[in-house]
Amino acid sequence: MSHDHSHPHDHHHDHGHDHPHRHPNQPDLEDLPPTYYQAMADAVAELLIEKNVFSGGELRETIEYMQGRNPDLGAKLTVRAWTDPDFKKRLTTNAKEAAAEIGIDTGPAPLLVMENTPDVHNVIVCTLCSCYPVFLLGKSPDWYKSREYRSRMVREPRAVLAEFGTEIDPSREVRVHDSTADMRYMILPMRPDGTDGMTEEELAALVTRDSLIGVIEVAGPAAG
Amino acid sequence: MAYAVGDTVQVRYATPPGHVRTPYYCRGRAGTVERVCGRFHNPEELAYGRTGETLLTLYRVRFRQRDLWPDYSGPETDTVEIELYEHWLEPPR
Amino acid sequence: MTTERRHHDMGGLDAGPVHRSEHKFEPWENKTDAIVRLLSQPKRGPMMRIDELRRGIEEMGPGVYDELTYYERWIASIANILLEKGVINVDELGRKIEEVKARHVPASGSAKPAEG
Repeated sequence: MSHDHSHPHDHHHDHGHDHPHRHPNQPDLEDLPPTYYQAMADAVAELLIEKNVFSGGELRETIEYMQGRNPDLGAKLTVRAWTDPDFKKRLTTNAKEAAAEIGIDTGPAPLLVMENTPDVHNVIVCTLCSCYPVFLLGKSPDWYKSREYRSRMVREPRAVLAEFGTEIDPSREVRVHDSTADMRYMILPMRPDGTDGMTEEELAALVTRDSLIGVIEVAGPAAG
Repeated sequence: MAYAVGDTVQVRYATPPGHVRTPYYCRGRAGTVERVCGRFHNPEELAYGRTGETLLTLYRVRFRQRDLWPDYSGPETDTVEIELYEHWLEPPR
Repeated sequence: MTTERRHHDMGGLDAGPVHRSEHKFEPWENKTDAIVRLLSQPKRGPMMRIDELRRGIEEMGPGVYDELTYYERWIASIANILLEKGVINVDELGRKIEEVKARHVPASGSAKPAEG
């Protein structure tokens, strides 16, 4: 891999203006010529627009729509399920319809919501590629697509979970969902203790993307 | 052949060179049908630009970790669930 | 590893610790993602199925699969599939890639201050 890991520009984000954020693998975007594959992406998009396969407007709208998909949607479903047992039942039996009740589109693939309980801890992986509930959580993190995660989660899930700081008691079953075909998955984490008086907004702030993938549990306010 | 929830099934062992959605690690292993997901286009056809319109029943099959990996070191209750199309499943031998 | 097991089918293989890396997606990655969603919409045919995209990625073979980043694999596979289907041809894609590259103006010497 040719990325420069020692690039010095990572620590000076200036949040007052429009520059894109950098990450350690990316030098300044506007200073460098496009890579071969970046140029290919622009070229393919332009050719498809010229050929009226889709319009520039459709492309922009799709980019914006997908950027609006983020873990807040999964958190909203989770909090609703924590606070409304009937909703939880509907969410874990017909997630698409339950989500639609509160205005959330779960995307073209069927969605299965797997509930964590005192007996079972669930976690998602895709060993063949990187299937992920993008419509609820946004694009997947790099580690989810990594060889390490994809290879090891099905064979030594407890060791991988421990690398995320998650220790599952041996009395609980660890149930790994290999997302191999047409279903997509979201984990419904357990509501932590000490959250009885909290508002829905406060609860939603506790629910992280990683808890909806199943690699961590939702921490209570005291542990935060 | 159709299966019901709770049936024991075995994943057919085969190693075709083309596009398949049956992970290598579960081929030849036995598990239990967890749910029947419905009928879907055949990805092994769709991958080559064909219609895949002979729909296949998709199952979710639950495997005990100990049945997938004899040296599995965690509790014997640990499991993996995998979506598998009907033509990869057969009755246990 | 035997050749019976395909390179992308990695469940259960030995590998090192999971590095919890993430990056902010770049504009071209978001664009590539959107191209796939648009091409796979039923109202466009679909012009390309997700399974075709995956097949194209799997056929890159071990070296390229590991060398390219996630969305590099995607755009390479998309381009190949569109070429196979005759939606675009080699000549126009080659010319367009050069056109895109030629548009780039180095920022050095511009008024924009360098960050950091």
